[in-house]
Amino acid sequence: MTFVNDFPWLTVLALIPLVGSFVVVLLPKSMPQLAKQVALAISLLVLALTIVIALRFDGSSELPFQFIEYHEWIPAFGITYSLGIDGIGLVLIALSAILVPLTIVAGWNDVEEPNSESVGSVKGYFALILALETLMIGVFAATDVFLFYVCFEAMLIPVYFMIGRYGGPNRSYAAMKFLIYSLLGGLFMLASMIGLFVVSGQITGVGTFNWFQLVGLDIDPTTQKLLFLGFFFAFAIKAPLWPFHTWLPDAASAAKPGTAVLLIGVLDKVGTFGMIRYCLPIFPAASEFYAPLIIGMALVGIFYGAFVALGQNDMKRLFAYSSMSHFGFIVLGIFVFTTIGISGSVVYMVAHGLSTAAIFLTAGFLMQRRRGSSLISDYSGVNKPAPVLAGFFLFAALSSLALPGLVSFIGEFMVLLGTFQRYMWVGGIATLGIVITAAYVLRVYQKSMTGSVSEGLASIKDLGKREISVLVPIAALTIFLGLYPAPVLNVVNPAVETVMSIIGQTDPPPTVGLTSTSSEGTQP
Amino acid sequence: MQELMPATGVFSLLWLLIALPLAGSAILLLGGRMTNKWGPYLAVSTIVIDALLAIWMLVEMMGQGAEERTFNDNIYSWVFAGTFKVDMAFQLDQLSMVFVLLITIVGALIHIYSLGYMSHDPDRRKFFGFLNLFVAAMLLLVLANNYLLMYVGWEGVGLASYLLIGFWQYKPSAAAAAKKAFIINRVGDVGLSLAIMVMFVTFGSVSFEDVFGSTGQASEGTLTAIGLLLLLAACGKSAQFPLQAWLLDAMEGPTPVSALIHAATMVTAGVYLITRSNAIFDAAAWAATAVVVIGVITMFMGAIIGCAKDDIKKSLAGSTMSQIGYMVIAAGLGPVGYVFAIFHLLTHGVFKAGLFLGAGSVMHAMKDNVNMRRYGALRALMVVTFGTFLVCTLSIMGIPPFSGFWSKDSIVHAAFESSNLVGICTVLAAGITGFYMTRMVAMTFYGKARWEDDAHPHESPAVMTIPLIILAIGATFLGMALLFWGNIETWLEPVVGFEEGHVAIPELLLMAITLAVVLIGAAIGWIQYARREVPVTEPHGNLLTRAARAELYGNEINDVLVVHPSFWLSRFLVWFDNAWVDGFVNSSAAAVGGLSGRMRKYQTGFIRSYALSMLGGAILVVVALVLVRLS
Amino acid sequence: MNPSNYIILSALLFGIGATGVLVRRNAIVVFMSVELMLNASNLAFVAFARMHGNLDGQVVAFFVMVVAAAEVVVGLAIIVQIFRSRRSASIDEPNLLKY
Repeated sequence: MTFVNDFPWLTVLALIPLVGSFVVVLLPKSMPQLAKQVALAISLLVLALTIVIALRFDGSSELPFQFIEYHEWIPAFGITYSLGIDGIGLVLIALSAILVPLTIVAGWNDVEEPNSESVGSVKGYFALILALETLMIGVFAATDVFLFYVCFEAMLIPVYFMIGRYGGPNRSYAAMKFLIYSLLGGLFMLASMIGLFVVSGQITGVGTFNWFQLVGLDIDPTTQKLLFLGFFFAFAIKAPLWPFHTWLPDAASAAKPGTAVLLIGVLDKVGTFGMIRYCLPIFPAASEFYAPLIIGMALVGIFYGAFVALGQNDMKRLFAYSSMSHFGFIVLGIFVFTTIGISGSVVYMVAHGLSTAAIFLTAGFLMQRRRGSSLISDYSGVNKPAPVLAGFFLFAALSSLALPGLVSFIGEFMVLLGTFQRYMWVGGIATLGIVITAAYVLRVYQKSMTGSVSEGLASIKDLGKREISVLVPIAALTIFLGLYPAPVLNVVNPAVETVMSIIGQTDPPPTVGLTSTSSEGTQP
Repeated sequence: MQELMPATGVFSLLWLLIALPLAGSAILLLGGRMTNKWGPYLAVSTIVIDALLAIWMLVEMMGQGAEERTFNDNIYSWVFAGTFKVDMAFQLDQLSMVFVLLITIVGALIHIYSLGYMSHDPDRRKFFGFLNLFVAAMLLLVLANNYLLMYVGWEGVGLASYLLIGFWQYKPSAAAAAKKAFIINRVGDVGLSLAIMVMFVTFGSVSFEDVFGSTGQASEGTLTAIGLLLLLAACGKSAQFPLQAWLLDAMEGPTPVSALIHAATMVTAGVYLITRSNAIFDAAAWAATAVVVIGVITMFMGAIIGCAKDDIKKSLAGSTMSQIGYMVIAAGLGPVGYVFAIFHLLTHGVFKAGLFLGAGSVMHAMKDNVNMRRYGALRALMVVTFGTFLVCTLSIMGIPPFSGFWSKDSIVHAAFESSNLVGICTVLAAGITGFYMTRMVAMTFYGKARWEDDAHPHESPAVMTIPLIILAIGATFLGMALLFWGNIETWLEPVVGFEEGHVAIPELLLMAITLAVVLIGAAIGWIQYARREVPVTEPHGNLLTRAARAELYGNEINDVLVVHPSFWLSRFLVWFDNAWVDGFVNSSAAAVGGLSGRMRKYQTGFIRSYALSMLGGAILVVVALVLVRLS
Repeated sequence: MNPSNYIILSALLFGIGATGVLVRRNAIVVFMSVELMLNASNLAFVAFARMHGNLDGQVVAFFVMVVAAAEVVVGLAIIVQIFRSRRSASIDEPNLLKY
């Protein structure tokens, strides 16, 4: 960790949106358009810088962490300001940097539209998005547990206001539920974190919160099991894993589409990211101990989410439950401890971010055309007046059901394959989930987009240029990464192999060796 | 195993075969209204160029030695993690070559036919975009050199099929049929996914070369598992029992779609899958037997449904199921049958496409009425349609010297080599084929006119009849050409293997018996539907007829066993989630709230009572201190 | 001079003060009782300082005096305000800050 870069890339990356957020807040209230434009410009600047960082990232390097920064913060408690990204952090930062400008453009008129029930100002919404972006970058770039925790909890603040001030009818309830549920998880994590500090002090003599020093610690398995639970509980709520999921449908249905995209697309990934970054490497023995339980929860989540989604009448709730099912897959891939499974989970996170963005934004555009109603029964035959909208809706639906050729397929298949490699039956059962996914996704498409045009929909406008310009990059990226996932896999695989070596797991070998030429000689 | 040759010369253009229609599809679907005018022609031209390219490749391939006809083109590394490596790589060998030819040539004819058939549809640009997408996916399916890439094509054709079945989305029945087809196919996809996983876990690779090269080292149990999972996949895609229920509903799509996707190419992908995986089925006897059993069941189911349906397309769909049943049987017979499965697949692809396009031509004339009870006496008005339909009918019935005769006879022959029971079944099903095809011809073209009042039958335009004529020529000569001139056995042998079987019954006698059974079936059909009056409304019918009209209750069985329980479970879980899981969360919140509600009552606002409690607290502390001191 | 006498006196004064706080309704009297308690503790501090022979207790006593003076300023101001608006110096009446 002494590899300090010349230029503090990550700090600068994280600071830009924060500064931007203050600038947007200080703009006069009478100029909402300017606030939007500034916010968009800032988020594009972040995206550009992220691209520069991604290009400078050396995927073939031996060092898993790059762009490392290290400063003392609170020396008395071994707290450091240390940043650094491995491949996993990089792709998730890239995902956030891509989704933020898209949500800004998608939510361009969301706040001031006439039937909006928002109570906040326009500039406030965009300032909150930018503030959230800073914290998202911080969470994925932190290599100090305390710094991670600060960002992890601070993220709740902008999201709370984004739901509570700018959401739909049920916003106060949903925002409060989200906040308290998340805080509860964070509390357990805080306790575990302090415990970890104490334990590290007992082992090395000097307590620390630095990830690099914590990873090497040989913590007693019983202690591990206790400390693991605190971290895991926080991440399981964030992810959300069954049965800690009930805040999600409420939050997603009360939030603006853009908020929902950032909430499910990026924020929830912090949970699964945390499992890979913190749970596995710091508590390898505990991870192994709890793996069967967690795999069971993930498996239940896959089917539970899918079946509940099948029975939903509300589009936003449906996609929230569908996300819960997808998170089951992601968690499953992480806790089977195979290279394919964990890599697949990371790919799945990216894919799910994109597909969530596609589905929530398209659904949002649709709902806007009908005064925000999200009841499926309010829509029928949309394909006729708005074929482009219906086309994107179908694309998003297919992306959600992991159609081969799209990036979600690669993630899902790798997760299933990695699972199958370790636990054949679990993998086999989880695979059945793809049928139910198809059922609920196509059901909502059939009900809302096909058939005869329902009253009041005949005259709706098709997607405009702004809306198409939001959806096209998502679709293009989904297809491109589906056909050529190498940019993601190249950086993720080395990071996953590092995790695998830290937790001391190896992939099960094939039962029949590929070296057929050498083994043929031994056969009678 | 054949040696893999690097793809040079024309074979380095393999990717172009897929890229052309894909680009066509992209231009049509993304280009919007500006492509309305020339888009369909672009779509047709991509397929025609593909067909020419395929013929060029065939010529080049024939110039190579028999063992040097597998060309491999590795483009880039697609998915990789740990030991899992899958390439974006294409492979062209004799088996995929015949498929490429079938797809591109029949595809081109159907594209041309669609120019006429869809000329009045406002969304025809989309139609051609989807059709091009289908061809691209189907070519990917047969050109992939590993199972995972094949899966992309496999699902791609499923998507195209979904889009095209639901092409007329404003019809709720079409949208429902499309969804049903996709979901049932997904069940099959579970099989394919799991098969790929077992292969990777067993062999450490999913490429054809590695898997087939090391089947000898895997246990028979593993291979049987892979075989059965592949069979499940094939059942989904090829509408075999028990996943057959979607095919008849799929007839909601435009007729050219039924011809191309649901008769000639996509539904035969299951047969391709089994034949391609011959190394696995050869080593897994149980799985191969299961293939034959499924084939026999579906063969009869399809034939029976075909006999009772009055909807001309659904009757043809039943026939498709039945004919694919033949192919599946042949593929399950092992090396004696693979070649004939493919042979029948090719001839069937041609004559069934001809039949569907012929049916489309009739529907075009009858204002899209599909009820055969409302047809009749069309032979004089639609000469070309009638002639080509008749030729294709004779071909499917297996009348010499038409194509179907050669291929079906080969399968019957191969079936007797393996088991007399299976052999007898194939002969019986041939008889039923004779019946339902005669019924169809008789009801449509013979008898009295039973048209609805506003029908004005007329022959279709040349753009539709010329493909019909070409397909009819194929239905006549393709069988002989492949068998005698093309030597399909020796052509395919390096890929799928071939064994000449020996049957106790002399070959000519077997042919004669089969032919006799077919003619008896045809005669019964003729007597019942051409000699007698056909009622306009369907008669009550006997038990079997009613069951066949209801598609042998396949939908009802699915509903009872799968659909209803799923929705019940779904409804239960929604309730459970709200009442219990969320209920627990909300009630813990309510408990905290309630508790604090109680507690705040002690905040009375009387300063002196606060002072008293402070005093009490202070006394407690003092007492505690004193007690600690004393002990 | 036995310092324990001073401690006993301090305890007595403290008890009187505490009782006054608890039983009297008039805000001014309660206030004086509080002052009595504070001064009782001051006395104890000074006595202890004497007992231990250092100045710590006396220093704290000064602190207490300063704090008490500040408290009187704020407290009397509040009482006067309440008296002005309610025409009463009873501390039972202004109970607006309940639940």
